[in-house]
Amino acid sequence: MATSTAAIRPGTAIAPKRRFGGDEVAYLITLIFATSILLVTVLMVWQLWIHSSPAREKFGFSFLTSKLWNPVTDQFGAWPFMYGTVVTSLLALIIAVPLGVGAAIYLSELAPAKLSNSLTFLVELLAAVPSVIYGLLAIFTLVPLVRDYIAPAIQAVLGWTPLFSGNVIGYSYFTAGLVLATMTFPFIISVSREALMAVPREQREAALALGATQWESTFNAVLPFAKLGIFGSIFLALARALGETMAVTMVIGNDPTIHASLFAPGYTIASAIANEFTEATGDTFLSALVELGLVLFGLTIVINGVAQLLIVLTTKKGSAKA
Amino acid sequence: MTTRDARRKGVNIVMLGLCAACAFVTVSTLFVILGFLVYNGATSVNLNFFTKLPLPPGQDGGGMANAIIGSAQIVVVATLIGLPIGFFAGIYLAEYGGRTFAFVIRYVADLLNGIPSIVIGIVAWTIVVVPQHHFSAFAGSLALSLMLIPITARNTEQFLLEVPRSMREGSLALGANKWRTIASVIVPAARKGIMTGMILGVARISGEAAPLLFTSLNNQYFSTGLAEPTASLPVMIYLRATSPYDDWHRQAWAAGLVLLALVLLANIAARMVISRGASLPR
Repeated sequence: MATSTAAIRPGTAIAPKRRFGGDEVAYLITLIFATSILLVTVLMVWQLWIHSSPAREKFGFSFLTSKLWNPVTDQFGAWPFMYGTVVTSLLALIIAVPLGVGAAIYLSELAPAKLSNSLTFLVELLAAVPSVIYGLLAIFTLVPLVRDYIAPAIQAVLGWTPLFSGNVIGYSYFTAGLVLATMTFPFIISVSREALMAVPREQREAALALGATQWESTFNAVLPFAKLGIFGSIFLALARALGETMAVTMVIGNDPTIHASLFAPGYTIASAIANEFTEATGDTFLSALVELGLVLFGLTIVINGVAQLLIVLTTKKGSAKA
Repeated sequence: MTTRDARRKGVNIVMLGLCAACAFVTVSTLFVILGFLVYNGATSVNLNFFTKLPLPPGQDGGGMANAIIGSAQIVVVATLIGLPIGFFAGIYLAEYGGRTFAFVIRYVADLLNGIPSIVIGIVAWTIVVVPQHHFSAFAGSLALSLMLIPITARNTEQFLLEVPRSMREGSLALGANKWRTIASVIVPAARKGIMTGMILGVARISGEAAPLLFTSLNNQYFSTGLAEPTASLPVMIYLRATSPYDDWHRQAWAAGLVLLALVLLANIAARMVISRGASLPR
């Protein structure tokens, strides 16, 4: 049947009459929208660059290293903010990585499928909670908790180190780190879980067949296989933590000086921008804040780039899907 | 030998137990958050909250009607800008993209997705607020749409790629050209997933406060248009929570409860749709 139709009208099947338009127009429309993503991103960099120029010209590289932030005398240095950003994010990772990876191991390796699915669902909901809500809760629960219980307990043991000494008002690097930890572990869990689930079954079965306990199989055969993906999830969480604004702004205490103690108030890049932007007067002040934004932009792009690379590498190696 | 085995078994049980504890501790934070919000906010969520304007501290009976409507206004405009751009860009990535250019776009979209929302706020400020010399709802919408575009684009792409090859081939074999195939076969087949992604994206931007702080700013009253400063729920929560007044704190809790309820309901609804029918991209 098919061959006979082809025999009757050979021309139509091989070279159909070209309807002009359709495909080309659709292609062009989607191409324009896709290109707009590229243009928008270039425009963003351009805008940040242009609007930070007064500060860049005035301070040069000393902007990054100066500890002085004084709007009255028009002197601006980003160092206290960069310090606060890095300290709070590292603190967050120290807490969130073990918790997150442990939970991911439980969800991918140990929990029965049904339980694992519903817990994963809850973790995904947790990732959807807006930042300002974490901040709201942290102000009224975590700040007093740190001030009245956690800090005194830690100081009783480690109070002699400069890291934990000094007055505690509750608003601090430490509190911000705790909030960031709760905000980042959903990302660590869901990405690590996928990296773990991409590990081939044989890997586990071989270890178990050799007499390994379930933990030994997980630790020696599964984790090394998913290592890169887990690192990727950690970098992803780090990028989130560096740029996190609202929750941190609400609990860090907003003090643009560097303190050695984790229980002292501080400032991060994002919270400085959030707090001072609407109050900033004068070109230098505003452009210094925009330059802070540029620094944050650069920082997150580098960290995110590493994260993407690591995740791509594992999923390529781990799963069958190319 | 037996002591060594006992030790291995002990380590096994302890470590597995710790992993389980990690999972339950992390998941329980969701219930802690919900519990605190309901406990502190439920009594303040009443008719006044939804229908009245905010009052100065000390006066009872104020609400956040302007912030609720303002939020809706900002998010709807952001959705109208962001969803179509993201959707068509996603189609390009999945269906038309060549090797190099699509790779570049994909990479840039992921970068854009990872940029902190506060930085996006600065950019919207430089593009809209600086030339116009005043804060506006539109500036806020622009900032949120910049966040929505890469989310929608990558989501749409993922779900389009999930559509089996045989469906494309079937359509092409019937004589449909490529855009006809995309419009009437591939996109409808991926409809559920794409819709879910869109709902999740909109839910995500509606909780954002950072990009709105110095774009749409705030307003004591109802704003009358896109060119005016406009109140929004997330910004209102931030301002009320950081204020020194007790009755404003209660308002913050109530607003937090309403915002979280909306975001979580959107998430649950979207994920229910997906679990019934379309498959998640893995």
